Amino acid sequence: MSANTVIDVQDLRVRVGAARIVNDVSFKVERGQTLGIVGESGSGKSMTVLAATGLIDAPSAKVSGTSMLDGQNLIGLRRSKLEKIYGERIGFIFQDPATSLNPVLTLERQLTEGPEAHLGITRRAARRRALDLLEAVGIPDPEPRLAAYPHQLSGGMKQRVMIAVALACDPALLIADEPTTALDVTTQAQIISLVRSLQERLGMGVVWISHDLGVISGVAEEVSVLYGGQVVEHTAITDIFNNPLHPYTQGLLRARPYLGGAQEELVTIPGSPPDPKNLPKGCVFYDRCPVRLDSRCETELPPLTDVGDGHLVRSFCATSGGENVRNAWEGTRV
Amino acid sequence: MTQPPVAEKPDRPPSSEEAPVASERTSAWRLVLANKVTLGGLVVLVVVVLAAIFGRWLAPYGINDVDVTNALAPPSAAHWFGTDELGRDVFSRVLVSARVSILVGLVSVSFALVAGVVVGLLAGFFGGKLDAIVMRCADVLFAFPVLLLALAIVAVLGPGLPTAMLAIGIVYTPIFARVVRASTLGVREEPFVKASVSIGASSGLILRRHILPNITGPIIVQTSLSLAFAILSEAALSFLGLGVQPPDPSWGRMLFDARGFLGTAWWMSVFPGLAIFLTVLAFNLVGDGLRDVLDPRHRTAIEARRVK
Amino acid sequence: MNRKLLSFVLRRLGHTAIVLVGVIIVVFTLVHLVPGDPVRVALGTRYTPEAYAALREASGLDRPLIVQFFSYIGNALTGDLGVSFRSGNPVTLVLLERLPATLSLAAAGIIIALLISFPLGLYAALHEGKALDGVIRAVSQFGVSVPDFWMGLMLITFFSVTLGWLPPSGYVPLTEDPLGWASHVLMPAFTVGVVAGSIMTRYIRSAVLDVVGSSYIRTAKSKGIKHRTVVMRHIVRNALVPVVTIGGIQMATMLGGLIVVEVVFAWPGLGRLVYDAVLSRDYAVIQGAVLLIAGMFLLINLLVDLLYAVVDPRIRVS
Repeated sequence: MSANTVIDVQDLRVRVGAARIVNDVSFKVERGQTLGIVGESGSGKSMTVLAATGLIDAPSAKVSGTSMLDGQNLIGLRRSKLEKIYGERIGFIFQDPATSLNPVLTLERQLTEGPEAHLGITRRAARRRALDLLEAVGIPDPEPRLAAYPHQLSGGMKQRVMIAVALACDPALLIADEPTTALDVTTQAQIISLVRSLQERLGMGVVWISHDLGVISGVAEEVSVLYGGQVVEHTAITDIFNNPLHPYTQGLLRARPYLGGAQEELVTIPGSPPDPKNLPKGCVFYDRCPVRLDSRCETELPPLTDVGDGHLVRSFCATSGGENVRNAWEGTRV
Repeated sequence: MTQPPVAEKPDRPPSSEEAPVASERTSAWRLVLANKVTLGGLVVLVVVVLAAIFGRWLAPYGINDVDVTNALAPPSAAHWFGTDELGRDVFSRVLVSARVSILVGLVSVSFALVAGVVVGLLAGFFGGKLDAIVMRCADVLFAFPVLLLALAIVAVLGPGLPTAMLAIGIVYTPIFARVVRASTLGVREEPFVKASVSIGASSGLILRRHILPNITGPIIVQTSLSLAFAILSEAALSFLGLGVQPPDPSWGRMLFDARGFLGTAWWMSVFPGLAIFLTVLAFNLVGDGLRDVLDPRHRTAIEARRVK
Repeated sequence: MNRKLLSFVLRRLGHTAIVLVGVIIVVFTLVHLVPGDPVRVALGTRYTPEAYAALREASGLDRPLIVQFFSYIGNALTGDLGVSFRSGNPVTLVLLERLPATLSLAAAGIIIALLISFPLGLYAALHEGKALDGVIRAVSQFGVSVPDFWMGLMLITFFSVTLGWLPPSGYVPLTEDPLGWASHVLMPAFTVGVVAGSIMTRYIRSAVLDVVGSSYIRTAKSKGIKHRTVVMRHIVRNALVPVVTIGGIQMATMLGGLIVVEVVFAWPGLGRLVYDAVLSRDYAVIQGAVLLIAGMFLLINLLVDLLYAVVDPRIRVS
């Protein structure tokens, strides 16, 4: 684990009853680097980061594996220890800014309580810091905003405040769980460039979760594709677009419409994601795969294999079949 | 930036409108029965209903068999729940009284159910002035504590079983009206209802085919909880001497009579009270179980307005 | 006061006024729904032509209906509720005489209800699914289902008849003998408090559960502030909004619930007064008491709505 590694997650598993939500997921984030995690709803991406940071809500969830941050394993860590890490070492931004801020507290209270707890500063110093933070996230004329309540702000403004809350103590790691999904397109772009510029300034590592490869391409250097609670492909962001190897990743790319330009037929992926209570025995994508190699794919779980330059893929076709998979979706119509 | 293609749900086979409702209901029943507490409540209810139906024949003694020589006898093999001040068998009277409680509950709640559903459905569906007037009327009725309103009605119409049933029915009508109206408002905004409106379906058809089947959950829950509170109301009225009139026995009336014998004959007050408590508890448990399955988010006004 | 809050307050006041008029109409109508002649019915065996004529005139029932109606509304709004059919005393005085007993019992009851429900409801929600949560839910279900008059009788049997610790019934004014008042109020207040407290426990539990599951609580936790701060500043503050509402409804409903409890414990309050009036067919007193109790109910609901605005900035601030 290099000195620049902010968080190192190995073999993370989450079980809720019989449901296998997250299955042996590993990832690592360096300082100043952004890892994108992409997947459909229900692919286990939110659960992955919540479990990796110990912030999981479901009391019945069983989490195993390791998640190292500052030499401590966050999994199974006591609440009092986690309280020292949250806010100070890890900041969080969540999906829906409309519900992520406390409706009955002023922005000042919500912005100052983190720094007061972690930095041991006075209310007045925390207030000054809150003003600086609001300015840093691009909220004009922040002074009167401190006394405002969340319902008085627009969606984009709320998400800016959430970012200010998350970055209030200069964390080393920022977890962004679909932070732009609930926003309109122009606001999305603003939030993305805001996080990028703050990241350059503060040098934090970022884990950015999204179901939208377009968003991920705008923020991340590396990307993990999650399906059925497993990493099915992991590589540099350019590689994902130029050389996708897993049939699922290819399907995702083919399903994206492009503006302008003649385009190949738009493809949807038939079928639905696997039920975490009843995952296939072999490849998790088996049921929906257009190029499956019957018996082996059905019964044997493909290992996550490095095919060169750190490009990882979990598919027998991609690692042995070679050529045919490049055009896995050729000629399919739905 | 493009919109998410990934979250796209695959096409489902087109399903008929009634099918999901029906299958939800069967699985709902299985879920309700799977809850042991709810099942316990149901068992108690079955016992109470059996007592209500067959009590007269099952009772070891006549309810008004006076035996003064054996008055105020403690529980024994001959008299399981002891005897009262006239030597009447408390067990027989408790058993037979189930009939009155269940009867009052059923009649008054049916009244409230029918009146409340009609009013709430129309108010919620058509909205506008009708809705405003109906809801103001409900607000006015809500301003009277339940038992006070029931007492006032009894004061006007005179005490007795029919009055008690009518009074309780009137008192619970606005509660049903509110629940049904709120549910109707919710369903009215659903896409499948809007779609029906857009293709010109008649209001009557929409109400019958779409709205009513989709608000049965809250109505069933409300009915079960209302039965509990209606039985409590009847007991309270009878305890005040304004419900069932002697010589007919009722649990509330027996408690009224037991007040003078608290120190001398505890069995006279313990057993009828226990009967009310268990019956009400059973309806509440079943109602809760149903709500957990059918209507998880709405514990309605009824609990807040329970009768004292 | 900003415009949003002002319009909210005015709307609530207007609504309350409309409902109050409706309540007065219902109360006025009551006596006219009595089958036959209410004066005749009220007099019963005491009937003489002279008494009949006198009572008819005193109660105003000899005048045309429309005149009666408007004079009833006018008089009610100025605090004149007519004279008792029984004693001939002004109803307003009769009610005022009974009010302190009822208010002191209601206050003691609501305090007990809050002392029970707040800690239990909060604890159960924060430990959802644990053993003690199950116990609290079961006990509160018992409390919701127990007939209060029966519980009163059981308390008397145990604490007065068997142990002899507390007086079984009666009333001492708080202002005359606080200790005597306390010993008399304990059992009736406990009876109404347990029932109301059980209902409120369930409400507080589900209100807190709603808040605990919300996204902003996850945000609060993600800031790394102390768990106690998350509970008190974030969870309790937000749960207060629905809890204030249910607390108000409970307080108002308690006014009705006091009838039976006052009868059981011979507590000379409004509830006991209504009961006696119903038995003796004293329609003027029934009307007055029903109007007073419904009016108090509306007043409490109005106060609760205003309190709502204090707790929830979404109503207060535009």
